[in-house]
Amino acid sequence: MSNLFDSHGAPGSGWSQPAPIMAADQVSLPAELVRKKPARWPRLSESEVVRHYTWLSTRNFGIDTGFYPLGSCTMKHNPRVNETIVDLPGIADLHPLQPERHQQGLMAIFHEMQDMLAICSGMDEVALQPVAGAQGEFTAIRCFQEYHRSLGQEGRDKVIVPDSAHGTNPASAALAGMGIIEIPSLADGSLNLEALRSVVGDDTAAMMITNPNTLGIFEAEIAQASEIVHSAGGQMYYDGANFNAILGKTNPGLMGFDAVHYNLHKTFSQPHGGGGPGSGPIGVRTHLAEFLPGPLVKRRPILSTDIRVIDEQWWYTWYEPRQSIGKVQQWHGNAGAVVRSWAFYRRYGHTLEQMTEHAVLNANYLRHRIHQCAREQGVEGEFCDGSPAEIVKHEFTLSMLPMKESKGVSAMDVAKGLLDHGFMAPTVYFPLVVPECMMIEPTETESKETLDDFAEVFVKVLQADAETLHAAPTTTPVGRVDEVYAARNLCLRHPMDE
Amino acid sequence: MSEVPENLFYTKEHEWLRIEGDEVVVGITDHAQEALTDIVYIELPEVGEEFGEMDEFALVESVKSASPIFAPMGGEILAVNQALEDAPELINQDPYGAGWIIRFKRSNSNATEGLMAADDYRVIIA
Repeated sequence: MSNLFDSHGAPGSGWSQPAPIMAADQVSLPAELVRKKPARWPRLSESEVVRHYTWLSTRNFGIDTGFYPLGSCTMKHNPRVNETIVDLPGIADLHPLQPERHQQGLMAIFHEMQDMLAICSGMDEVALQPVAGAQGEFTAIRCFQEYHRSLGQEGRDKVIVPDSAHGTNPASAALAGMGIIEIPSLADGSLNLEALRSVVGDDTAAMMITNPNTLGIFEAEIAQASEIVHSAGGQMYYDGANFNAILGKTNPGLMGFDAVHYNLHKTFSQPHGGGGPGSGPIGVRTHLAEFLPGPLVKRRPILSTDIRVIDEQWWYTWYEPRQSIGKVQQWHGNAGAVVRSWAFYRRYGHTLEQMTEHAVLNANYLRHRIHQCAREQGVEGEFCDGSPAEIVKHEFTLSMLPMKESKGVSAMDVAKGLLDHGFMAPTVYFPLVVPECMMIEPTETESKETLDDFAEVFVKVLQADAETLHAAPTTTPVGRVDEVYAARNLCLRHPMDE
Repeated sequence: MSEVPENLFYTKEHEWLRIEGDEVVVGITDHAQEALTDIVYIELPEVGEEFGEMDEFALVESVKSASPIFAPMGGEILAVNQALEDAPELINQDPYGAGWIIRFKRSNSNATEGLMAADDYRVIIA
């Protein structure tokens, strides 16, 4: 089967164009604007295009194909009811430039999402516009900057992150023009309050942190951290990537945070991976609300003059915060992602706490099951826990360092070995504080049987000889990719024939 | 076991320094290049740039991570290893030789505080 983008198909197939309305010699265009050779129209019929994409889909692996324990990414099942809702004509056929009276249904959904996200995070206002977690981070840091400026404290230009932070935290802050201060973690991977105390000051703009942290450990001293940062005049930012571990149990507001982002595509089920479409709304406390990117949705009681009534009680309007940092995305962000997550929340909202419990239970079960299988097979010495904590939250880390040293098999080799057994590999080499790290997040939607299978296969891979693992994967559509070659020889577009 | 030549100074950030009077040559250690795995990209400073102690003055990127190189002491850049721009793998192949990164003039000619001898460095990477 050939690639769609390679020259393929009969010339002249796959397109048609109307006859020119003027003869070529009647058109007076500057010579340099006239085409020297015919345009490169597609040369493929519909059936060829359909076959191409169907073929591609058979070479893919996703959450609908098998277990996908990608730590920090929360690859949970995406309920199909979400798709039914987002495809309703009143949503799918809307254009954002239609008047408010046409958009009342979508705006009601947006309003309910703003409310729900604010309540479950302990925040006061929510902006749904950012389309990724990192964009949410950037948006919140910009709000912090404007807030500090409004207090006459432009000098606050440093953002503090722990060394176990998601890489997007320092990257987003740097993009907003902040300097980054990284603080070391304690030996168990948790937050080092002494280190935090030693770096806060008049230049502190904010601290960015996720809780549970990237090792899957709940930061028990988070409230003290908030106090330290606040008393220095800084703001606290909660990275919501790990929200699946605490939703319905506690919230960032209680921990003292001023702003959070939500990864709707992770926590609230929205197909993601391979670049989108994500949704990374942010929630803030009242003192930051005027800086949010607009439009937000507000509502008022219905009036007799309102033309078209969907809701018996409320009329929804778009609202622009007065000192807004401006838009961070066109229109209303990824509206479809917001609607899917709303559908998920409407269907499962009453059991969010149970969802969290299952996510945490699954992670702890899988961690212990892997250790148990390894002991039974006598390979428990090939790896160790990334953190000594007895209980983890929704994900956990393992270090393959012992195996690397004993037989030269790295975390990457184990990851590739898992692919040959029909499992997606966990996240590898993150967080950076764990050498030869594998970061495993099973989510709440996997059954005990799947977790048992994975544990057994994981241990089977550890027992394989080094040669096999160095060559893995051998059963996938593409074998071991030469990442070094790819990184050194960047090729950013498909070479088109001229 | 990683190679740790005797005649060099080392930092706990896994850099080596060869001190030649006022001039200092810096690179990353054999241990560091092993831990980083294959280097795919390096960002170098400009000649003539001035920097303070612990300023970030280069960035080494592997397929696993991007690691800043911190200035072990203040000074001014005299030369950078341009060969690394096209062949960053020199750092993997010859970390103490062809893989050198920066030559700088140190602002305080006595500043060796915080630097380790080979024996001490061997202990921290053991």
